[in-house]
Amino acid sequence: MALIEVKDVRKVYRMDGVEFEALKGVSFFIEKGEFVIIMGPSGSGKSTLMHILGALDVPTSGSYLLDSREITDMTRDELARVRNAKIGFIFQGFNLLPRMNAMENVELPMLYAGLPKAERKRKAGEALELVGLLDWADHRPNQLSGGQQQRVAIARALVNDAPLLLADEPTGSLDSKTGAQVMEMLVSLNEKRGITVVLVTHDSNIASYGKRVIGVLDGLISSDGSKEKVESWVDVE
Amino acid sequence: MISFIETCRVSFRAIVSNKMRSGLAMLGIVIGVGAVIAMLALGAGATLQIKSVMSSMGSNLLTIRPGTVTSGGIRMGAGSTPSLTLSDATAIKEECPSIEEVLAQYSGVAQVVYGNQNWSTQISGVTEGVFVVNDWQLKLGRPFTEQDIRSAAKVAILGTTVAQELFGYSDPVGETIRIKNIPFQVIGVLEPKGESSWGRDQDDVVMVPVTTAQKRLFGMPRPDMVSSITVKVKSEDLIDRAQEEVTLLLRQRHKISNPQDDDFTVRNMQQAMEAAQESMKVMSLLLGSIASVSLLVGGIGIMNVMLVSVTERTREIGIRMAVGATSKDIMLQFLAESGMLSMTGGAVGVFLGALLSYVLSQAFNWQTVVLPGSVALSFGFSALVGIVFGLYPAYKASLLNPIDALRYE
Ligand SMILES: Nc1ncnc2c1ncn2[C@@H]1O[C@H](COP(=O)(O)OP(=O)(O)OP(=O)(O)O)[C@@H](O)[C@H]1O
Ligand SMILES: [Mg+2]
Repeated sequence: MALIEVKDVRKVYRMDGVEFEALKGVSFFIEKGEFVIIMGPSGSGKSTLMHILGALDVPTSGSYLLDSREITDMTRDELARVRNAKIGFIFQGFNLLPRMNAMENVELPMLYAGLPKAERKRKAGEALELVGLLDWADHRPNQLSGGQQQRVAIARALVNDAPLLLADEPTGSLDSKTGAQVMEMLVSLNEKRGITVVLVTHDSNIASYGKRVIGVLDGLISSDGSKEKVESWVDVE
Repeated sequence: MISFIETCRVSFRAIVSNKMRSGLAMLGIVIGVGAVIAMLALGAGATLQIKSVMSSMGSNLLTIRPGTVTSGGIRMGAGSTPSLTLSDATAIKEECPSIEEVLAQYSGVAQVVYGNQNWSTQISGVTEGVFVVNDWQLKLGRPFTEQDIRSAAKVAILGTTVAQELFGYSDPVGETIRIKNIPFQVIGVLEPKGESSWGRDQDDVVMVPVTTAQKRLFGMPRPDMVSSITVKVKSEDLIDRAQEEVTLLLRQRHKISNPQDDDFTVRNMQQAMEAAQESMKVMSLLLGSIASVSLLVGGIGIMNVMLVSVTERTREIGIRMAVGATSKDIMLQFLAESGMLSMTGGAVGVFLGALLSYVLSQAFNWQTVVLPGSVALSFGFSALVGIVFGLYPAYKASLLNPIDALRYE
C-alpha cells in the first residue's frame, strides 16, 4: 500500500474574480520509505502541491489518500489531527515561534497532541539531541543561526513520530554548506528510521540527494523517475 | 487536544510578553470595577448607618415634629412653625391608649461651669419619659420626677463626657454647676452610650427638665413650645393605631379640619426606614447603570486589543495550526487570553476599589463596607465581559486557514 496516493488533483485559486489553475490534474504514488524530490520552475505549483500533501490546504477537486485515508473530505479538525500525527512540515522560512526557545518550539506539536509535560520534555530533548542542538535548547530562534533554526524545525517535524516529512525548499535560506548538513540529516532520517521524505528544491545539487525526482511544470507532472533522467531534464531547462 | 492548563499558560505568556498593551486593555475594566466596588461600599455603608440609627432609636417609636411634609417630599417650614407644646405631649400621654411613654424635648447649646472648669455642650430639656423612650440608664443618682418637671426645678443629669470634663473622677452628684450663670444641682450621671452611628458623642449632653429649659435657659417664640415629641408605643403591632390616635388628637387640639393643613408630622421608624431604603434602591440602580456602562467600555477596550492581537499574531496562529492546533484550540487560547485580561483587570479593580473606599472612609469619615457579594458580583461580571467581548476576536482567529495564516506578512 502506498503512503501517498494522489489522483487527478486540481487546485484553482480565485483572486478578485479571476481564476487561476495552479494544479491541473496531478497524479502519483509515493511508497513508504521513499525519498522524493520535487523540482520545477518558479510558479509551476510545487508549493501548492506540498500544501495539499501537508493537509494545510485542500484541493479543488481530485483525491488524496494518506495512509489509505481520504484527506479531501475531512473536516478542519480531522485535518488538524492528521497534520499533528502524520505529517512533519519543514518550511523555507523555518516558521518557528519567535517568543519561544528551541525546546518549547519542539514541544509545540506534542502540546496539541495532549502529551503530559514530562514526556514532552523527554521527547523534545531526544529530538534536539538527534539534530545536535541539545545545548541550544533554551535559545530563542533569533539567538540561532539559520541552519540551527532549520534543525530545530526538523526536530519539531520529527517529534510526534510522523511517518511523512514534507520539506518545501528547506535549504532555500541556507548557504550550501549548512544546506548540505540539513540534507544529510534528512537522508539519514530516511535511511535509519524509514521516514518518507518529500522535498521541494530548485537546486540540482540538492536534488541529487533523492532517489526519485518528480518534475512539475505549469501545474502538471512533467517527469517522474530516477535521478539521472531528471538531471537530463534539468539540463534541458 | 491541548490541556486547559497548557492553554492558559500559552495565553498567560502572550499577556506577559506585551505588558503595556495588556495593561491598557485592562484599564477600562480596572476603572469600571474599581468605581463600582467603591460606590457599592459607600452605598452599603450608608445603608448600614441608616439601619443602625433606626434600630438604636427603636422600631416602636413615633416622632412628632412641627411642620409638614408635602406629597412632593419637601418639608414645609419644618421646625420653624412653633406648633407643638408641652401640653400636647401631656395630652398624648393621657388620652392615647396605645402609648406607653412620651418624651417632649426643648434643647439648646450652652456653657456649663463648675469651679474653674467650663464646657460647652448640648442642654437637653426633657420630660421624665426620656429614660423609657430613649433608653437611657442612670449610673449615679436619681431620675427626674414629675415634680421636677412641674416646678421647672434647677436640677441636671450629666452625660459621662460632661461629668468627666467638669469633675474628673470625683462624684458630681449633689454638686452645683452653673448653666448660663444659673445654679443647677447635679442629681445624676447617665450610663455612657458611646458614639452614635453618625459619629456624635451621645454622652456629651446635660439633661434638665423641659420646663426649666423653656422658662429659665432658652427663650421661646411661643410659650410652652417644644421642639419635638417622641412617643413610645406599647408594642410594634400597635404602631399604626398609635399613629392614628396621635394624629387625630393633635388635629383636634390644633383645630385642624383638613388633613392638608396639618402643622405637624407623625412618622414611625418603619416609614423612615422604608423611605431611606427606597432612596438606596434608586442609588443602587444608578450605580448599576454606571457599572454596566463602564464595564461595557472596558469590554470594548478588550475586544479592540484582542482584534489587534489576532491580526498581529496571524503567523503564530498559522504555525500552531500547521503543527496540529484545531480551531477550537486556537479559539480557547484567545478566549483564555481575554478572560485572563479581564479577570486580572477585575481583581486589580476590586483591590483599588477597596483601597478607595478605605481612603474615603478615613478622609471623610464616611462609613464604607466592601461586601463579599459586591466583590463576587463585579469580579464575575468582569470575567463575563472578557469572555463575551473576547468571543468575536477568538472566533475570527479560529476561522483562519492554516496556509493563509502562514503566508500572512
Ligand atoms: N493564494 C494564492 N492565490 C492566488 N494565486 C496563487 C496563490 N498561491 C499560489 N498562487 C499561484 O499559483 C501558482 C503556483 O504557485 P506555487 O507557490 O505553488 O509555485 P511554486 O512552484 O512553489 O513556485 P516557487 O518555486 O517560486 O516557490 C503561481 O502562479 C502563484 O501565483
Ligand atoms: Mg514554492
